[in-house]
Amino acid sequence: MAAIEKGSLDQTELLRFITAGSVDDGKSTLIGRLLHDSKSIFEDQLSSITSTTRRRGMEGVDLSLLTDGLQAEREQGITIDVAYRYFATPKRKFIIADTPGHEQYTRNMVTGASTANLAVILIDARKGVLTQSRRHAYLASLVGIPHLVVAVNKMDLVDYSQSVFDEICKDFSRFAERLNFHHIDFIPISALRGDMVVERGDQLNWYKGMTLMDLLENISISHDVNREDFRFPVQWVCRPHTKELHDFRGYMGRIESGAIQVGDAITVLPSGLNSRVKEIVLYEGPIEQAEAPQSITLTIEDHLDISRGDVLVKTGDLTQVTKTFDAMLCWLSEQPLDPARKYLIKHTTRVVKAVVSRIDYRVDVNTMDHEASDKLTMNDIAHVNIKVQQPLVCDDYQRNRATGCFIVIDESSNNTVGAGMICTAV
Amino acid sequence: MSNRPFAHLDALESESIHIMREVAAECANPVLLFSGGKDSIVMLRLAEKAFRPCRFPFPLMHIDTEHNFPEVIEFRNHRAKELGERLIVRSMEDSIKKGRVVLRSETQSRNAFQSVTLLDAIAEFGFDACIGGARRDEEKARAKERIFSFRDEFGQWDPKNQRPELWDLYNTRTHSGENIRVFPISNWTELDVWEYIFREKLEVPSIYFAHEREVIRREAGLLPVSHLVQPEPGEQAQKMTVRFRTVGDMSCTCPVASDAASIEAIIAETAMTRITERGATRMDDQTSEASMELRKKEGYF
Repeated sequence: MAAIEKGSLDQTELLRFITAGSVDDGKSTLIGRLLHDSKSIFEDQLSSITSTTRRRGMEGVDLSLLTDGLQAEREQGITIDVAYRYFATPKRKFIIADTPGHEQYTRNMVTGASTANLAVILIDARKGVLTQSRRHAYLASLVGIPHLVVAVNKMDLVDYSQSVFDEICKDFSRFAERLNFHHIDFIPISALRGDMVVERGDQLNWYKGMTLMDLLENISISHDVNREDFRFPVQWVCRPHTKELHDFRGYMGRIESGAIQVGDAITVLPSGLNSRVKEIVLYEGPIEQAEAPQSITLTIEDHLDISRGDVLVKTGDLTQVTKTFDAMLCWLSEQPLDPARKYLIKHTTRVVKAVVSRIDYRVDVNTMDHEASDKLTMNDIAHVNIKVQQPLVCDDYQRNRATGCFIVIDESSNNTVGAGMICTAV
Repeated sequence: MSNRPFAHLDALESESIHIMREVAAECANPVLLFSGGKDSIVMLRLAEKAFRPCRFPFPLMHIDTEHNFPEVIEFRNHRAKELGERLIVRSMEDSIKKGRVVLRSETQSRNAFQSVTLLDAIAEFGFDACIGGARRDEEKARAKERIFSFRDEFGQWDPKNQRPELWDLYNTRTHSGENIRVFPISNWTELDVWEYIFREKLEVPSIYFAHEREVIRREAGLLPVSHLVQPEPGEQAQKMTVRFRTVGDMSCTCPVASDAASIEAIIAETAMTRITERGATRMDDQTSEASMELRKKEGYF
C-alpha cells in the first residue's frame, strides 16, 4: 500500500472554479468528463448512471447524469441550483460550483462565482459567441474572478476545424476588451469524446496549448488574495475569565487580506484608536506572523473597547470608513427592491440598517449597455448609491473582494435579497 | 513573507473555523451535534481551534438511536469528558416510549427516525442553530445544500427555495421556532477528513481500523452480526477482517473488507477506493435514488 508522499499534505492547493454555459453547451458532460477522466467517479456512481442511461433508452454512459442532483431535476431534466463537486489530482484539490445556464438564473451564477478563482465559459463551436456567453463573461468579470478560460466545445461536430476555433477566439476577445480580465485562455475541446479535457486526443494536433486539466492544475492562484492591505474584521472576543487567564482578551477572526507581525502598529476602525499587536495565538501556540486567509486570535498592548464588527488595519493604512457608498447591486429576490424600505446589510462581520438612496442605471447584462431605471427586479444588476446607519470599513471590490462585498437581507422575511460590490466610497 | 500558496487543509480549516465563529457570534442558542464518528471528531478539533482558550460557546448533543456501536458511545463519552464540555444525550428510546416514533420492528433501521428525536430536542432546548459534520461530497442532495441551511418551523428543508449564499457572508437570521443547520466542513471530502485526522493526530473509535468481525453477506454489502442482525435462513455468518468507513445505526451500517490498521493505511485506501462512502456502507441510502433528499425534507440532518 502506498505510503503518504512526504510533504504531499502541505503542498496540495485548493482551486475553486465555476463552469458557465448555455443550455445544451455540454456543461454537465464536461464536468462528468473531468470527474471521469481524473478517476474521481466511483463504481457505484458509474453503475447507477449506466442503468439510468439505459432506462432512458440511450446507449453508453451519459456522463451528464453525474451532476443531476435532486429528484425534481431528474424528473424535469433541469438543474435548479448551484451544486458543488469535488475532485483532486496529486497537484490540486478542486471545488466546482456547477451553475445552471438558463436565462433566469443570473443570481445562481453570481452566487457560484462569488468564491471562485477561475471561470470556465463553454461555447458551442457550432453556434459561436452567443448572447449568453457575453452575459457569463460579464458576470464573471463583475464578480471579480481573476482567471477566465473559454472552452470551445463540440469541436468534433465542426470537424475539429482550426479556423472555426480561431474565429470564435477573435470574436470573444473583441467583446472581452470591455471587461477587466488580465488574461483569457482559449481551449478547443470535445467533452463528449474527451479531447483536450484531460487527454489530448489525436484530433486537435494543431492546438499546441495546455489541456483544460493541465491549465486547472498549473494556473497560478497565489496572487488571487490581496497580499498588501492588512484587514482583520473582529468576529468574536474571547475572555476566558479563568484564574490563569484572568485578563486575557483575545480578538478572534480571519485575516481577510494582507499580513501581520507581532509588534506591528494597528488602528481599530471605525473608532480610530491605536495600539500594537502583542501576540498572535493559534490553538497550537503563539506565532510571530500570520497572513490571509488564516483564522487567528490577536491580543494587543492596550485595553481598548473593541467588539465584533470592528476592523483592525495597520496604522497609516488608507481605507474608507463611510456611511455612504456606490455599489453594483445584483437583485436576487422575486420581490422587487423597494426604495422606501430599510434593509439590512451584512458586510464583513457587521450588520447595519441601509437604504438604497439612488439607482443610477441598470446594466443590460447581454449588451453591457446602461439603461435608466427606477426599479430593480430579480436578476437585475444596477449601479446604486447606498446609505447605511453606521459607518462601514470598506475597500473597492476590485481591489479587495473580502472587504468590498456585502449582502442585503430583508428584515421581515429574513431572506437574502441582494448581493453588492462596493465601487467607491463617497 | 512566504509566497507558498496556502495548503488545502489549512484553507479548509480556516474556512471552517470562520464558520463556527460566525454561528457563535450571530446565533442566540447554538448546539454542536457530536456522534463520535470521524466527521464530528474533526468538528470538535475545529471548535477547539476556533474558541480556545475559551470554553465552547455551545453544548454538544448526541441523538442516540441506541443502535450504536458500543465502542463509539464509549469514545463519545470519553472525548466529551476530556474536553470538559457539556454533552446532552437525547435518546430515540424516549421518543418511542412517548409514542413519537413508531417502529415496525425492534431491529428496523432507526436512521430515518432520528429526525423526530432531533426536532424534539431542538424544541426542548430552544436551539436556533445545529452545527453538524455533514459534507457535500457524501451524497447528491447534500451537494446542493448551503453551508447555513435554513429549516422552517417543521424542521423541513426546501431545496428549491434556499437562501442564496455568497462569498462567506452568511445569513444567520431566523424567526422564532425556525432553525438553521450549519455545516462547517461542507467543502471537505472523505479524504480531507482522514488527512486532517492524521495531521492533527486525532483519536478515533477502534471500529474504523481493520479488525476481525462476524459478518453476513446480504445484497451488495456486508452486515455486522449483532443482537439486531442475525443470519436469516440460507445465510451464513463468517469471520472477516473488516473496518467501518462510517459509523451509524448498527442494523444498516456495513463494514468493508480491509486490512487498514493505521490512519496512514486508511488514507491510502481512501485515495484508491472505487466505491463512494455511502454507497458501500449505508443500506438505507440505497432504497431509492432520492432517499437522502426525502429524509432531509423531513428534517433529517
